[in-house]
Amino acid sequence: MSSYFLAWIVLIPLISAAFLGILYLYSITVKKISDKVFATIAITAPILSFMLGVGFFLGLKNGASEYIYEPYIWLGVNDYIINMGFLGDKLSIFMVLFITFIGSLIHIYAAGYMKGDDGYGKFFSYFNLFVASMLLLVLANSPIIMFIGWESVGLCSYLLIGFYFTDPLNVVAGNKAFIANRVGDLGFLIGLVYLFFYVGKLGFDYSALEQYIDIVPNHILVIIGSALFVGAMGKSAQIPLYVWLPDAMAGPTPVSALIHAATMVTAGVYMVARFHFLYDLIPNVGLFIAYIGAFSALFAAVIAMKQSDIKKILAYSTISQLGYMFIAVGLGAYSTGLFHVFTHAFFKALLFMGAGAIIIALHHEQNIFKMGGLRKRLPLIYIVMLVANLAISGIPPFAGFFSKDEILLKAYKHHEYLIYGIGLFTAALTAYYMFRLFFVTFEGKNYTEKKLEPLSWSMKAPLVVLAFGAAFSGFVGLPKVFSNTNLIDTWLGNWSGVSIHAEHYEEIIFMGVSVIAGLIGIAVAYVKFFKYDFSQELKEGGIVYNKFYIDELIDFLIVRRVRSLSTFISVVIDDGVIDKTVMSLSNGFINLGRRVGRMQSANTRMYAFFMLIGLSSFSLYLIFKLGQ
Amino acid sequence: MMEVSFMSYILLAIILFSMGIMGVISRKNIFIIYMSLELMLNSINLILVTLSKHFGNMDGQIIAMMVIAIAAAEAAVFLSLIVSLYRLKHSINIDDYNTLKQKGTL
Repeated sequence: MSSYFLAWIVLIPLISAAFLGILYLYSITVKKISDKVFATIAITAPILSFMLGVGFFLGLKNGASEYIYEPYIWLGVNDYIINMGFLGDKLSIFMVLFITFIGSLIHIYAAGYMKGDDGYGKFFSYFNLFVASMLLLVLANSPIIMFIGWESVGLCSYLLIGFYFTDPLNVVAGNKAFIANRVGDLGFLIGLVYLFFYVGKLGFDYSALEQYIDIVPNHILVIIGSALFVGAMGKSAQIPLYVWLPDAMAGPTPVSALIHAATMVTAGVYMVARFHFLYDLIPNVGLFIAYIGAFSALFAAVIAMKQSDIKKILAYSTISQLGYMFIAVGLGAYSTGLFHVFTHAFFKALLFMGAGAIIIALHHEQNIFKMGGLRKRLPLIYIVMLVANLAISGIPPFAGFFSKDEILLKAYKHHEYLIYGIGLFTAALTAYYMFRLFFVTFEGKNYTEKKLEPLSWSMKAPLVVLAFGAAFSGFVGLPKVFSNTNLIDTWLGNWSGVSIHAEHYEEIIFMGVSVIAGLIGIAVAYVKFFKYDFSQELKEGGIVYNKFYIDELIDFLIVRRVRSLSTFISVVIDDGVIDKTVMSLSNGFINLGRRVGRMQSANTRMYAFFMLIGLSSFSLYLIFKLGQ
Repeated sequence: MMEVSFMSYILLAIILFSMGIMGVISRKNIFIIYMSLELMLNSINLILVTLSKHFGNMDGQIIAMMVIAIAAAEAAVFLSLIVSLYRLKHSINIDDYNTLKQKGTL
């Protein structure tokens, strides 16, 4: 497979996005174009990319070490050159495969979900752009090119979260996502600038960075690593920059699925894995990352326990699961973190798409306490959601079990018992809040008698595919006790980090403990919610329900400070200083003009007299000056 | 023939020029002002010719001829302007043409 096709993995969705955008403009201004045309084009693009990705996957499997394609110089200043470069190594092709696979399924699902929407073509244009940006992010061969994708992903999330822009709340959510990402991106940019300052002269693609990273002093590496991680916090929604993710639910549900499963939030984990040569040198920062991940996991899980909006619960569960991934990558177990990214993509996409199906079926009802008794009425959704819930709760043999268990094992083996404890406790909480959602939605006394909206095949088919993924994708990373070849670790050999030896009996004990934690969570949820009676009033309130008042705290600490600073600038500096200076200048000119204007008496003879005086004095000057 | 000194030509030119200036400054009639302007022009011509003769160089005379030619063309423009000005206001008093005067305050 020629490395030339690497660029086309990104270009196909990008061209498709542009084409769809133009077609949409044509559709709304000249002649209406059928939704089917948009959907067909939009779905084709990620599928083609996926096929190219498979081609590269086979190439790598058959012994190619990596593909590099550098079509042109993106930026050249004197002898310093940044190539527009694509790098297809095992890590990036691994990312490409599941991004395009799950992206394609979400596209198919969205074709049914968005049916009849006015912005159908626009939606798919953004969607393809989102996939293209994410692919650029993972395929870039230098941090600068990665940053293009990094920023485009932020842009696309903004466009899609605020997709229903007629509602001001959605616009606010879009802005919030954009601003929180901006804060993170600033950190990322600072990290890049530092990195460039120290090693940029020697080349700035990953291989050069890896080669020359040793010449950077250690304390600078700590700054770089922390600054880059701030970027990851923003993109991957970790404490304290997670606030945008729950609000990002304002967008259509396929957008949530795309952001949470295939794109965007995994960017941070990918970035840390990509810079593994840097983080390997600074284990203290790695530990910091792991702790941030652990606390994010716990914090989000606690909040998720009390939420009532189905999509909000899933959003917090994403933050929580991302926390697990950061525990893994922070401790240097990059392949384990990426394994969890992989399995999480399946079950989280499935959860969101299942939730979207429920929301559509119930005519855009999102409060789980107004659902109830859906098991008999939506049997297919019931089954796939059950699979997804078991997967996220870590019940074997579903996908989430293997990856989460491996993360916990790694944490324990690194002697980070606090992280292990938090992770285990969070696993129980996860099982609890996911099954709370599940029981309240599907069991309980039948609450809603509303007629259900029928679901189209394009919404159901991806669910089934993903359900298989959520059930079986865990088998690519079997622990040693079951199999000697851990496919993920073999594939991502360079990223497996410090190898850990665990005896078989230890692995079994750890698995048993995890499963027990998950089962306890499920049991508590069963007792409390299996026969949930919807007639009783739901008590809303309390510190957890209000998300620990973090939004209010940020509002108080930052938003209001910035606002009063803005007011100060607007009133005191702008009105008082700048306007005053400018106005007094212009008033001065006006007064001067008035005075000069008096000389314009329209008396021609006076003008002639002035001229005479002027000419005479000038002549005299010349005579006496030059006559000497 | 009486020999006329060089300085007396210059003196004549200065007198003519001063008369022209006084005419431009003190008269109201546009025609008189124009005639005064021509007078100033010609006094300069006189100086040019005189100096040319005095220094034995023909440049000054050539310039004088050119000035006369251009003054003729200018006269045509000037006179037609005066005619159109007269049609506009039925006056050849320079003080009546004060459209560009600043009126009141800004």
